[in-house]
Amino acid sequence: MDRDQARINTFSRRAFFVGGVQGILLTTLVGRLGWLQIAESQRYRMLAENNRINVKLVAPPRGLIVDRTGKLLAINDQNFRLVIIPEQTEKLDDTLRRLQKHIELTEKDVERLRKQAKKNTPFFPLEVRENLDWETVSRIEVNLPDLPGVAIDVGEVRSYPMAEATAHILGYVGAVSKGEENVDPLLRMPGFKIGKTGLEKTYDRELRGKAGTSEVEVNVVGREVRELRNTPAVTGKTLQLTIDAELQAFTQTRLLEQRSASAVIMDVRSGELYALASSPSFNPNEFAKGIPADLWEQLLADPGLPLNNKAVGGTYPPGSTFKLITALAALEAGIINEHTSTFCPGHYELGNARFHCWKRGGHGTVNLVRALAESCDTFFYKIAVDLGINRIADMAKRFGLAQKLDVELPEERVGLMPTTQWKKQTMKDIWHPGESIVCSIGQGYVQATPLQLAVMAARIVNGGYAVKPWLTGYIGDAPTHDQPWEKIGVKDKHLELVMKGMDHVVNYPGGTALGARITDEGMAMGGKTGTSQVKRITADERARGIKQEDLPWKFRHHGLFVGYAPVDNPRYVCAVVVEHGGGGSAVAAPIARDLLLQTQKLNPRSRGLRPVSQAKEPAASFPPRKPRKPAGEG
Amino acid sequence: MALSFDIHTEQTLAQKIINLNWGLMALIFLIAAIGFVALYSAAAGHFEPWASKQIVRFAIFFVMMAGIALIDIRFWYKISYPLFGIGFILLVIVEFMGQIGMGAQRWINLGFIQIQPSELMKIATLMALARYFHTSTLEDMRRLSYLLVPALMVLLPVGLVLLQPNLGTAMIMMVNGATMLFIAGAPVWLYLLGLASLTALVPLVWHFYMHDYQKQRVLTFLNPESDPLGSGYHITQSKIALGSGGIDGRGFLQGTQSKLNFLPEKQTDFIFTLWAEEWGLLGGVFLLLLFGLVFLYCGWIAFRCRHAYGRFLVFGLMVNFSLYMFINVAMVMGLIPVVGIPLPLVSYGGTAMMACMIGFGLIMSASIHRDSKLAKF
Repeated sequence: MDRDQARINTFSRRAFFVGGVQGILLTTLVGRLGWLQIAESQRYRMLAENNRINVKLVAPPRGLIVDRTGKLLAINDQNFRLVIIPEQTEKLDDTLRRLQKHIELTEKDVERLRKQAKKNTPFFPLEVRENLDWETVSRIEVNLPDLPGVAIDVGEVRSYPMAEATAHILGYVGAVSKGEENVDPLLRMPGFKIGKTGLEKTYDRELRGKAGTSEVEVNVVGREVRELRNTPAVTGKTLQLTIDAELQAFTQTRLLEQRSASAVIMDVRSGELYALASSPSFNPNEFAKGIPADLWEQLLADPGLPLNNKAVGGTYPPGSTFKLITALAALEAGIINEHTSTFCPGHYELGNARFHCWKRGGHGTVNLVRALAESCDTFFYKIAVDLGINRIADMAKRFGLAQKLDVELPEERVGLMPTTQWKKQTMKDIWHPGESIVCSIGQGYVQATPLQLAVMAARIVNGGYAVKPWLTGYIGDAPTHDQPWEKIGVKDKHLELVMKGMDHVVNYPGGTALGARITDEGMAMGGKTGTSQVKRITADERARGIKQEDLPWKFRHHGLFVGYAPVDNPRYVCAVVVEHGGGGSAVAAPIARDLLLQTQKLNPRSRGLRPVSQAKEPAASFPPRKPRKPAGEG
Repeated sequence: MALSFDIHTEQTLAQKIINLNWGLMALIFLIAAIGFVALYSAAAGHFEPWASKQIVRFAIFFVMMAGIALIDIRFWYKISYPLFGIGFILLVIVEFMGQIGMGAQRWINLGFIQIQPSELMKIATLMALARYFHTSTLEDMRRLSYLLVPALMVLLPVGLVLLQPNLGTAMIMMVNGATMLFIAGAPVWLYLLGLASLTALVPLVWHFYMHDYQKQRVLTFLNPESDPLGSGYHITQSKIALGSGGIDGRGFLQGTQSKLNFLPEKQTDFIFTLWAEEWGLLGGVFLLLLFGLVFLYCGWIAFRCRHAYGRFLVFGLMVNFSLYMFINVAMVMGLIPVVGIPLPLVSYGGTAMMACMIGFGLIMSASIHRDSKLAKF
């Protein structure tokens, strides 16, 4: 037991010694902590303020948008912003009062800033005003010593040199709305703008670029002492459009004289859109600077819907332009051939119902080419009954009607092509043969966008390739399209017959658009007129012979025209819709004539589409989406 | 007499539970709770991503600790050597796989948890040493041949850990071993000799063993301003944070230094800084005092143990626990170079906490079974 006791004593002694060492260590730590937190506290508290590092996000410049020749369509201008950093003011209210001497600040502004200051961390800069002019900037710069916490920040503001002319294609940018926030920290930056409509929205990610960061040491008043490190921001990619700016401007101007109209010009083979216009338009530059409420109200109230891109988002009964589809469906079904002829007495009877041809006296005996040229309704009424709606609808869809064409605009709409099944599902009703008759001339339920009409015409005249429209040729240096289009599978001779009809519409006596023919050598166009009813013509009105001009604007007919040129070697198609403009031959065809003539003169196909960075090299083999030569080319 | 002993030592489960060291458990819980508060603040007032996981982990390990405490100390005594053997094999495996090139040579992945064998080996070594010295006499302790075996028990694992290389853990294991030999009665001259030779070794270690990053840490420790963005900067920032906390602190969730992300690993190695910035000197000293009370409590348990195994084991585990705390807090205060050692029970992380709780489980087992008779064979 003594031995054990000796062991325990040794243990106790030595354990006390170790415990003592631990006590000393613990005392040292407490002492050190006291030294740091009492004696040195003042110094370190100062250091904490002085030696603060801010990690700032550096916003990347938004990618540019250029036309097919490299002309700038969307750029970034300097934007001087007045910001206030609550933490650096002695009292936010005092600084705001003093600021009121230099710029106008309403009580509402002051209240908003106070609220924001409470919500955010104190070193978060709040935007007081943006888009300051030079005079204000210099006035504030001079007075900065009196305005602690106030700073001028140079940002960027999106600007569109062509303003109204490209507004619907490019869209505009705006502040991030609540539901849109996502993981990209850029979106939480004050004043950061994202695409709201048009290509700005579709390609927002590509245009946005990547944020850079800058770590800076800042002193007590928030001035940057030195930058510790930075990663540069990556500029957004440049979009090069298929649009030809000159043609686009011409088109927009040409539409101006109408109260509401839209037009599309497209390459028949590649699907490149050369111009896409909707009138009236708006100036997106006003949006970038914060749109005044009264202007906004005015835009919303305008019956011409200036904010809507009617070229892709407006849906209209295609009227007689739809006869091209009905004709092709009948030819393919073998119901008619080029020799089939029908007698038109001016109306068609089905049971008790009487369907009128637009020409009161009738066309007499007509074959397909004449029926198209003179737009005889009776000819198509007759084949519609034999065909039935489903075969017509099938053909329409193959030519792009009621189909999503995947143009890069979020405003694109699909339109409508009824079928018996569609009617059963949506209206719980069976299909009446009379409805097929109405639809065969593009009335009734049929709805199409101007873009779809252009695509329909292109697919007819390019030899039956399922071309789709596109606006963006290059994203950065990467081409967007490199696959050939597929064949639709319609017989060439049927397409040629319909094209012959379209030729006769414009270039032969009796054609509905003879007045709009192009007489310049080698530039003649073909096409098809259309006039679609907005309001049913009652028997009473028909009897009284009410003229379109007597009706209120919103009840007048839409005038439509789809055309292509040159007539013997189609390269360009054009679709024009004039809302409530009256007859297609009277209002739409002359516009299409001017557009197609100007297109051929400018010849955008030859004004190469290539990345701006390689602008000096010859155009490569673009457009790569090159279907085989359409029929008709020598 | 012998009969009464037996009655006293063979406790029922209920008695054992009553005899659990509720005071020690309360201290452990308090320290861990400070960790939860600090982690909540580190995430700018959110339970995610750290505080919630830490709380769940602590709850699991707390139950495990109680379980270990209720198991008879004679069981732990019996498996001391086997555990040491298993731990050693694990260390060898880890080293071996590391050499094949599996990358993570410090970890063994059991699927549900990643284990750092070196962490468990520390405890196993302490158990083996306590087991060895349980039967020693003071005469034995003066024979160098007798001390050869415990020396190897310490040096072999230390060697393997150094190969990983993990200097911090190796150093803690060395100090653990030295302390065990010391309290068991190893001659004092050995320690004086060891201290002298260590001083001589420093330049050699500097030249041949230490990695560049470790050298850099020591250099920046000596001159913190030389590297404004590296580890010296972190120490400077940590000191600024502590200093700006003052006596009463910046207040819960108000620590700007930690909020602005000056502190690297604010949820692990620099958690003490965050706590002391927000709660000031009062909070910091309070936490240090809690640790001090834990050491005292454990010391008291060691003294009350009737068997040498328990005394040595409890005291060794306490020293091991205190070393973590001393090294971590001294580091964040800029007293020693930066080493990646967490603050036990407070820092975010699984293995360190698990090792701590196993240790406390063993300490409490020794306390509950302090009157058990351990055969001397």
